[in-house]
Amino acid sequence: MPLTKKDYTSDQDVRWCPGCGDYAVLAAVQTFMPELGIPRENTVFISGIGCSSRFPYYMETYGFHTIHGRAPAIATGLSVTRPNLDVWVVTGDGDALSIGGNHLIHAMRRNVNLTILLFNNQIYGLTKGQYSPTSELGKVTKSTPFGSADYPFNPVSLALGAECSFVARTIDSDRAHLTEILRKASKHKGTKFIEIYQNCNIFNDDAFIALTGRDTKKLNQIRLEHGKPVRFGPNNERGVTASHDGTLRIVDVEEVGEDRLVIHDERALDAAHAFALSRLSHTPTGPTPIGMFRQVDRPTYEELLDRQVAQARQKGPGDLNRLLRSGDTWDVVA
Amino acid sequence: MAAPKTVQEIDKVVIRLAGDSGDGMQVTGDRFTNATAVLGNDLATLPDFPAEIRAPAGTLFGVSGFQLHFADHDILTPGDSPNVLVAMNPAALKTNLGDLLPGGIVIANTDAFEDRNLAKAEYTSNPLTDGTLQDYQLFEVPLNKLTLGALEGIKGLSQKEALRSKNMFALGLLSWMFSRPVEGTEDWVSRKFGSRPEIAEANVKAFRAGYAFGETTEVFTHSYSIKPAKLAPGTYRNVTGNTALAYGLVAAGERSGVQVFLAGYPITPASDVLHELSRHKSFGIKTMQAEDEISAAGAALGASFGGSLGVTITSGPGLDLKAETISLGISVELPMLVFDIQRAGPSTGMPTKTEQADLMLAMYGRHGESPLPILAPRSPSDCFDIVLEAARIALKYRTPVIVLSDAFLATGAEPWKLPDVDELPDLSRVFEFTTASNHESGEFWPFLRDPVTLARPWAIPGTPGLEHRIGGLEKSDGRGDISYDPDNHDRMVRLRAAKIAGIARDIPAAEVTGDADADVLVLGWGSTYGPIRAACRRVRTKGHKVAQLHLRHLNPFPANLGDVLRSYSSVVIPEINLGQLLRLVRAEYLVDAHGYQKVTGAPFKAGELESVLLHHLGGAS
Ligand SMILES: Cc1ncc(C[n+]2csc(CCOP(=O)(O)OP(=O)(O)O)c2C)c(N)n1
Ligand code: SF4
Repeated sequence: MPLTKKDYTSDQDVRWCPGCGDYAVLAAVQTFMPELGIPRENTVFISGIGCSSRFPYYMETYGFHTIHGRAPAIATGLSVTRPNLDVWVVTGDGDALSIGGNHLIHAMRRNVNLTILLFNNQIYGLTKGQYSPTSELGKVTKSTPFGSADYPFNPVSLALGAECSFVARTIDSDRAHLTEILRKASKHKGTKFIEIYQNCNIFNDDAFIALTGRDTKKLNQIRLEHGKPVRFGPNNERGVTASHDGTLRIVDVEEVGEDRLVIHDERALDAAHAFALSRLSHTPTGPTPIGMFRQVDRPTYEELLDRQVAQARQKGPGDLNRLLRSGDTWDVVA
Repeated sequence: MAAPKTVQEIDKVVIRLAGDSGDGMQVTGDRFTNATAVLGNDLATLPDFPAEIRAPAGTLFGVSGFQLHFADHDILTPGDSPNVLVAMNPAALKTNLGDLLPGGIVIANTDAFEDRNLAKAEYTSNPLTDGTLQDYQLFEVPLNKLTLGALEGIKGLSQKEALRSKNMFALGLLSWMFSRPVEGTEDWVSRKFGSRPEIAEANVKAFRAGYAFGETTEVFTHSYSIKPAKLAPGTYRNVTGNTALAYGLVAAGERSGVQVFLAGYPITPASDVLHELSRHKSFGIKTMQAEDEISAAGAALGASFGGSLGVTITSGPGLDLKAETISLGISVELPMLVFDIQRAGPSTGMPTKTEQADLMLAMYGRHGESPLPILAPRSPSDCFDIVLEAARIALKYRTPVIVLSDAFLATGAEPWKLPDVDELPDLSRVFEFTTASNHESGEFWPFLRDPVTLARPWAIPGTPGLEHRIGGLEKSDGRGDISYDPDNHDRMVRLRAAKIAGIARDIPAAEVTGDADADVLVLGWGSTYGPIRAACRRVRTKGHKVAQLHLRHLNPFPANLGDVLRSYSSVVIPEINLGQLLRLVRAEYLVDAHGYQKVTGAPFKAGELESVLLHHLGGAS
């Protein structure tokens, strides 16, 4: 009997605030899992700390709710020693990019075979509303009554800079798009970094309204499609062209002509194109690319380590007696 | 050819080599140690190197030393004071002469005693000629000149490279002086420099020249020989504590059937364990150089979650960083090994020097009530056994275990009687992976405990039907759901504590050696074993009665420890910290023990502990 969403739903009460975007992501993932065809027991969700990091409790799979920021490190240890498992990391913007920034970039650099879901709500939810490393400059919160003085990260730019082999962005409320990205991720070997814009209706409501609002979303969502010119707008009237300095610019297609639009190439080995796209918007208050930024093939960390073990064993498995007796030994006789 | 020289038999000697950190003193010392071990002497070593990788040549702070004690009987320490000092330059002489025994031998590289080096060593006159050395036997050897002379004509060898072989000349000389075999060293040179034949040739030639110099020159009238020690029969090798830890991990993997995964971040003096283990992938072992200590601990715990033996290795400051992850390991109750090679702190402290001051950190350095087992090896070779014991406890009780080694054990070497591999503990019997539901309801309860060990089941991802979630949030007893119930938390805290305390039933009772009817008991832990034991021997030869107890299990303590301590009228606890075991023992057993503490970055000397004991024994010191 094929599994269903229900099979992936644990018996634990889900305790997010009513209206939180996390529910939508949970539902989308639970619905998508059966499609993977991976035995449920081979699936593991690992998270850090934050509202979104409660996620593993709600999945009827193996799960590990760990410590703040460290999920990528813990997941790396699991994936390296059990490469056949399907390991997911669930993290928030504070979890992944503040306290866990180091582990996140190194997991991506190593190309550990993980699916990382970064729930970006541009705020700290669990600790009740402090600004996060993705909050906009000047953000007024409890810890920044005069506005934050630090400039935000752009998670997609960061992932690209960290050599991530699969980088995508999607939105909590767009189930179809989110599922499409998960589907693509499931076919990729290595680190899958998926930024999910997630609405925290309690502490940062409508942060993504430009992309999710009924009136604004058509104006602002730049849907990336591999091999196609980058165009958007209610009537596809806007597009993206390259400037002489390598940066990208949003233009009216009519003004510049269709031929001048850049063609999206998610498979480009050089991350420069994807990076330039990621710079089109920083915090999404205007036109913002959504979709696959980059997907390139590179051996995973697990594969490279397995290969070393296999090579070392070509001459036969290790022999403890021989190892202990290696080097200079001598015998004492009675 | 000069007349054959006499060979004088002695029972032991302590040699110290000292030179610039670029002079190759550690390599020379290692090599001499191996040649000595092969002869069957008992030995102990104490490498002592500066924190600077390449300190400016000739400076006082750049001196690198290596001390070797070897004997025809079993010895316990690298020796308090050298009989022989090889001084490659004035700075080496100045920083080491104070330790040399009166009447001891100084072999000085006279070529290095020129004005510039003398000034760098802050000598205002030449100690070789100004009477400084009048109480010693001075042998002047122009090492630079002799080495260059011996290497003349080797093609492709620069003068700088030739001069670098002067440590091999010194090694050759020592090998003659103490009747060490030469073959092993020559093989070793060709292995080490195989890719640079001219360097290999230079090293062998310098070594032979040094040996011949000893044999022929008028300077030396005789050489020494030391008979093999009467050690228990068996096959031996030399081992340092760090190598023994790595081998212990290989053995733990082989004897448990569990994959070993070690993640570490480079830090002195722990790095060598990562280096050594990384070479043994043919055992299926995986190692990882993590981005930091936190990640290393996390990766180890992740591996343990997956059914491996996760191991992480570090030194003082790194243990601080791992604390949060270790707490998580305690909360989720998974096996994990944490090796801390203690070094002098706080903070960066003196990274190449030894100390045993992380006991309190291991014991209490985590938030909440978070007890875990703590073990400490007492000698370099004991590092091997302690890993097997730590793995046994971790696997059986599903808990992180901290092993406290230290810089002295890490780099010090001793002969190790190799174990029979088949007789090592069978760790596959101490645990099993859970594969079926464990509750009468047919459900799997991840926190339903074994009634005896109180360990929870280890059901690893990939096992059908046992899907479950763990994490740092408090869980309900048994079923393991998230629980904020106050009474449940109280129960869980006590259960975790009881699990660790219960390990006391499963470890050897504290065993006292020495005089059964002594009044004074000396209690120690970790690397102070050798010096304490040597000091006890000394006071006993002076007619005193003394008993020794050395702890390998520091948490929980052996079940009979309180009774043992209370049966002596006086307990003395020497430690290389400001009294950490002392405090634990006093708090736990209300025993009015006396401490003796010293934190100079160096191990205890047997002689100083002897005076301490004599004081407590009421004898004149
Ligand atoms: C070591 C540590 N420091 C701080 C915290 C407190 N803390 C918990 S979650 C969190 C931030 C969470 O924000 P984010 O990752 O954006 O997740 P969200 O709650 O918004 O989903 C913080 C600071 C902690 N649990 N552990
Ligand atoms: S605080 Fe925000 S992120 Fe957290 S559960 Fe509530 S709505 Fe969701």
